Amino acid sequence: MSHQKRFLVISRHPPYGSCHARDALDTALTSAVFEQPVTMLFMGDGVLQLIQAQQPAGIQQKNLAATLSALPLYDIEQLYVCASAMQQRGLKAEDCVLPVQLLDSNAIAELIRQHDVVLSF
Amino acid sequence: MMTLHTLNRAPSHAALLADCLNACHRGDALLLLEDGVYCALNSLETPLQLPDDVSCFALEADVAARGLSGRLLANVTLVDDAGFVQLCCDHARSISWF
Repeated sequence: MSHQKRFLVISRHPPYGSCHARDALDTALTSAVFEQPVTMLFMGDGVLQLIQAQQPAGIQQKNLAATLSALPLYDIEQLYVCASAMQQRGLKAEDCVLPVQLLDSNAIAELIRQHDVVLSF
Repeated sequence: MMTLHTLNRAPSHAALLADCLNACHRGDALLLLEDGVYCALNSLETPLQLPDDVSCFALEADVAARGLSGRLLANVTLVDDAGFVQLCCDHARSISWF
């Protein structure tokens, strides 16, 4: 019996200043554990989560990027980033801890339409 | 005695950043902490434009946490917690921009 819905998790906040980024990631992982197909989209400051070489021990936090890089192990391989957010911050796909695909705003609007449930953090 | 400004939000909070920079006087210091350290990222499309004679510092632990070591503007000085305290002592007052 299959009760699958397509989930899109949108993550728009930087990694450590608030709990939003961690909440987005926990939600994506939980959905995947329940065998729901999950897509993640990083927009705005959310793309800052993907910067390599994060060392948050000095601020007593867990490394978010380390958990992010485990997403493919949970079969979350549909990973997208907002191209203009990357450009504004001078980041490139090869700067990221994960293989991501860049989307322009039209493609983002289309991506949202392709999902049953959209959760924004 | 001059003023210490602390800023803890990313540059996407453009109005906050503008308010902070506009409020900086010659001789003041700006300390970036928490998500504020992203303001000093050297690859920003619109890089941080410090007012004349305003020195800029960033909290080292927050920089390292976010993977920004080696990615900040050259005119930004890293400080540790002791440096943060020293900056507070060296300035007559401080303003927190959040």
